[in-house]
Amino acid sequence: MRRLSLPCLACAAVLLANCTASRPPGGASAAGGDPQRGRMLVSQVGCGACHEIPGLRSARGLVGPPLLHMGRRTTIAGVLPNTPESMARWVQHPQAFVARNAMPEMGLSEAQARDVTAYLESLE
Amino acid sequence: MASAPFTPASPMGFWQTFGPRADPVTALNWGFSALSVAVVVIVTVLVVAGVVTRAQRGVTDMAGLAVSRPPGGMRWIYIGVALTFVALVASLIWTVAVLAAVNSPAGRPAVTLEVTGHQWWWEVAYDGGPGESFTTANEIHIPAGAPVEVKLKGADVIHSFWIPALTGKTDTIPGRTNLAWLQADRPGVYRGQCAEYCGEQHAHMALYVKADAPADFEAWRQGQLKPGAVPATPDAIAGQQVFFERCGACHTVRGTEAGGAVGPDLTHLMSRTTIAAGTLPNTVANLSGWIENPQALKPGAKMPATYVPPAQLAQLRAYLETLR
Repeated sequence: MRRLSLPCLACAAVLLANCTASRPPGGASAAGGDPQRGRMLVSQVGCGACHEIPGLRSARGLVGPPLLHMGRRTTIAGVLPNTPESMARWVQHPQAFVARNAMPEMGLSEAQARDVTAYLESLE
Repeated sequence: MASAPFTPASPMGFWQTFGPRADPVTALNWGFSALSVAVVVIVTVLVVAGVVTRAQRGVTDMAGLAVSRPPGGMRWIYIGVALTFVALVASLIWTVAVLAAVNSPAGRPAVTLEVTGHQWWWEVAYDGGPGESFTTANEIHIPAGAPVEVKLKGADVIHSFWIPALTGKTDTIPGRTNLAWLQADRPGVYRGQCAEYCGEQHAHMALYVKADAPADFEAWRQGQLKPGAVPATPDAIAGQQVFFERCGACHTVRGTEAGGAVGPDLTHLMSRTTIAAGTLPNTVANLSGWIENPQALKPGAKMPATYVPPAQLAQLRAYLETLR
């Protein structure tokens, strides 16, 4: 039950958020993170071991999808709408949305997840 | 929280060293560099002086110069040969003395290690006799302040063991055992690197020497002597079965049926700070990407892309995280 309800709640929250908030241009993200700090975090935790990420030379993993144009894509992992809110939750707890998918729980804090989101949303 | 361990400002720098097996080499480096600069300066000054003097003498008969030599002038040749001879003999004696100082046995070593160079990682075996021996990879722990004997072997091609802050280069050659000595004056982390081109991933063949305070070293050693952890959670138990089926033919976890000897011993994988011989920090994300497709991260590495299904990868991860 719990596994089902989490994504539903997230989707609902995301849909509601979409009605009121539009993404501010450049710099600050709607999720309130710092894209520069996010970029450093992405290197530190090792997202590049699975994902190719434009602008990060060492990020050349061929396990998950490339993160090219991540800021302009419409879905995350095929199950979530690509909004800053759902991205922040996804990078923290991917296993909560799709049980036993290949992406591990990253152990990111709330603030770190917002920073990572800000960086990913900046990949136009 | 403990402060970060000491590490040389320039991890692969060889101008500053931190142990008696490397310090004489640093002195030699500085000495030879000074000597080489002096030779260049002296020769340049003499050549320029010779040209200027000849021009001042107003030599005009250019055609005659090739076959006639004005009398005298040999004095500089004798001085030059004598100076060169003295410098070369002094260099030779100094070099031999340094080699003797860094390679001579230090009596009874505190620890004896066997390091084997593989394409492209380092196998590290601690030989402590029955029940006191274990194997790890890519991270060498030593007690600070004590001499450590390193037996160097090559598994496939010639590699070279080099920890610039602690010891000079010694080749690891298949079929023979070379010896090197390590001693770190102070606790810290010292980076090393294969120093003999050994194939496609030569550049991703690093290792770390972690010099611990003697009590910390002993604690680490006792931890490494233990067999692999017994998994307790359902995911980790399932993950161990995945490990036996998918990984055990190449990797060992001591105390289990996984006994492969092709890749690194993973009994205490999570006690290491990097994976793939210093290629990636040992984070859960890097570990996942590496397990699934090492070929994207270190092309040519002997570990193939595994295509472990995502659900099994999550279980495998749960098991590996218990290997502390």
